[in-house]
Amino acid sequence: MTVLLERVDLDILLAALRRRGYTPIGPTVRDNAITCAEIVSADTLPAGWVDEQEAGRYRLRQSGDPVLFGHTVGPVAWKRFLFPPAVRLWQVESGGGGPRAAGTPNPSVIRPDGDLPPRYALIGVRACDLAAIAIQDTVFLAQAHVDRAYESRRRGAFIVAVHCTRPGATCFCASTGTGPRAAAGFDLALTEVCRDGRHYFLVESGSSRGEELLPDVPLREATPDECELGEAAVAEAAERMGRSVDLAGLKDLLYRSYEHPRWDETAARCLACANCTMVCPTCFCTAAEERTDLEGRAEHVRRWDSCFTGSFSYIHGGSIRSSVKSRYRQWLVHKFAAWIDQFGTTGCVGCGRCITWCPAAIDITEEVRAIQLSEVAIHGDA
Amino acid sequence: METLESLLAEHEFFRGLTREDIVLFTECASNVRFETGAYIFREGQPADQFFAVRHGRVALEVYVPGRGGVAIQTVGPGEVLGWSWMLPPYRWHFDARVLEQTRVLAFDATCIRDKCETDHRLGYELMKRLAHVFTQRLEASRLQLLDIYGRAG
Amino acid sequence: MAALAERQAVPLLDPRIPRLLQIRRVRRETRDTWTLDLIGSDAGEPFAPGQFAMLYAPGVGEVPISISGDPASPEVITHTVRAVGPTTRALCGLRAGDVLGWRGPYGHPWPLEAVPSGADVVIVAGGIGLAPLRPAVLRVLADRARFRRIALLYGARTPGELLFRRDLERWRSRLDTEVEITVDAGDAGWRGNVGVVTTLIPPAKFDPARAVALVCGPEVMMRFTVGDLRKRGLPPERIFLSLERNMHCGVGLCGRCQFGPRFICREGPVFSYAEVERHFTIREV
Repeated sequence: MTVLLERVDLDILLAALRRRGYTPIGPTVRDNAITCAEIVSADTLPAGWVDEQEAGRYRLRQSGDPVLFGHTVGPVAWKRFLFPPAVRLWQVESGGGGPRAAGTPNPSVIRPDGDLPPRYALIGVRACDLAAIAIQDTVFLAQAHVDRAYESRRRGAFIVAVHCTRPGATCFCASTGTGPRAAAGFDLALTEVCRDGRHYFLVESGSSRGEELLPDVPLREATPDECELGEAAVAEAAERMGRSVDLAGLKDLLYRSYEHPRWDETAARCLACANCTMVCPTCFCTAAEERTDLEGRAEHVRRWDSCFTGSFSYIHGGSIRSSVKSRYRQWLVHKFAAWIDQFGTTGCVGCGRCITWCPAAIDITEEVRAIQLSEVAIHGDA
Repeated sequence: METLESLLAEHEFFRGLTREDIVLFTECASNVRFETGAYIFREGQPADQFFAVRHGRVALEVYVPGRGGVAIQTVGPGEVLGWSWMLPPYRWHFDARVLEQTRVLAFDATCIRDKCETDHRLGYELMKRLAHVFTQRLEASRLQLLDIYGRAG
Repeated sequence: MAALAERQAVPLLDPRIPRLLQIRRVRRETRDTWTLDLIGSDAGEPFAPGQFAMLYAPGVGEVPISISGDPASPEVITHTVRAVGPTTRALCGLRAGDVLGWRGPYGHPWPLEAVPSGADVVIVAGGIGLAPLRPAVLRVLADRARFRRIALLYGARTPGELLFRRDLERWRSRLDTEVEITVDAGDAGWRGNVGVVTTLIPPAKFDPARAVALVCGPEVMMRFTVGDLRKRGLPPERIFLSLERNMHCGVGLCGRCQFGPRFICREGPVFSYAEVERHFTIREV
């Protein structure tokens, strides 16, 4: 049975989430982009706003339709909430006696960060971003050492997915097998239909937590026609996808292409600004920083870092990856090759953010294709 | 019994040579011992011999005023010492100072050169072995230039 | 040989929070290198030779440093630190009685347990690279009868930059162990070898058919060492290296120590050359 939630009842869903202790986070317009922030009511969702994305280009325009999720993904991925940009890992209290030799306080106690993790309801998570969350689950939760900061936020999160009905021009989730339909990993999933004066959501539950919430929301059974409209919209999104990558054989191809001339060409354009890694929903690399005050207290803080910075690979004497070429190569080879060996899947979910937000309009799908095509050229196509 | 011939055949540098070649080289060889602190040769002196080290250790040094003899390299058992005897003007470029009692097979340079000039096959065999030593020494010198322990491991 | 040591079990304590250990003793090894002996109520965690720990100077930072102590005496945790950056300088400035943060041990050790009885063991160290090898030497010598020949080949810039000089003397005095030391530049009192460490490999006494090599030093030194070991006939599966990369977490989460598909903190720092050969000569990988 497919059930249906009227647009006007969306606030009741948000209220049900709040009653359960979740802070709803969803898309909203800020600084001429779709970002993610706390949703006070369904009216703060970006009604009518659609994005136009291209390599190095992002514009919002108002379509005039009341559709709430007509946009695609913006620069802010959900990792901002589950894997925040800065997390305090521990604090140190100084044990009297003043600063020690070499300026280090003699610590008396080191305690883990004691802040209670927030509980978020993430509203409007797209299929690509669900796949990204699944990838970060593997990175942070399925290895020998579990990341506690991620774990506490992740366990407490409620996920309301939205199936994409309008792909962006930089999207390529159909080719990475991660969208546009959200297959799993959500508590609830919505298909928005806004047509002929009707505005409703088809609702699926994907977990017992999702199931448990449904009685609190006014739902009714959807008619076959109503279902059909939703299905058609998602299917159409897959067909209209702007970009694609061919993953077949890509891992081995990249592993044997470390010296490919394409890296030099791309490096000549790449600014090593790290935008791609900041907007990427799976990039997980961090730096540890020490923050101190004059009373001898210190905190150990972990913040997002990027393989595009010089400090990232610094060891005594210099950076291992001193050239931009080696940094771009590290990023791309990691995404499509090393990630598979490390975690069993690629590190790319086809969201297209790195393409849109690259100030030099470098397109990861084009880079992959260039290396693939040159291989065909070298080995012939006989 | 340890004949000069058997000592030569056992030395790493001559390993795998035919019996006939061993005999030819033995005709130019003598067994010599140097005590600690002795100089096997000194910079500028005529290079009329070369040496295959059997035991001990020898430092190749350059004399630097104010610093004394600065060791560039040490040579030990199984290695050969000196190649200035091969090419004119046949003068040593370094000092060879004995660090601990050293036994060597010393070869008369003129004797060896004459044999190699008459028998180019023998000369080529010797040259291949020396070329191997040269490349090893060159590589080692290049690594020394790199200061390879400068970075943390 | 392929099946190396077991993956380390996750410690019961939250592995991401340092515990406080007190410095019992500080020894100056060289101009810029100090050895710290650490003790604490919860020290005594057994470690395997080749593992490392994250050393934390509160207010300054945290760095990965290999354990250089005796695996037979885990109640004292020993690290040898070279002062090259802010954190290592702070650590080297600490004195007996001072306290620092410590978490570990992390990483895969030298595969000594997997070395078959009767094998030859060749240990090649360059510079500070002797520090992560010292526990391996101690372990091998403690179990001397299990091995045939042992050769320790150690190179440093100058005689003054040799680490663990008392150990070297002790090891060298053993009749059952070959210890060869060489320096790039000797001084007036130096009577030993002059030349890079690779020059010690061709004359070293071991049988390539049954030898295992453990190598640690700067990457360029390891590259040439591997070349010379292979010229002697040692296959890549029996050459083990300890690699170094930038590391902020030590437990496979910060992403910084990636070496191709591998996390050096988690799958290393010790690898067989066969495992890393594909990426070892790629620049800036």
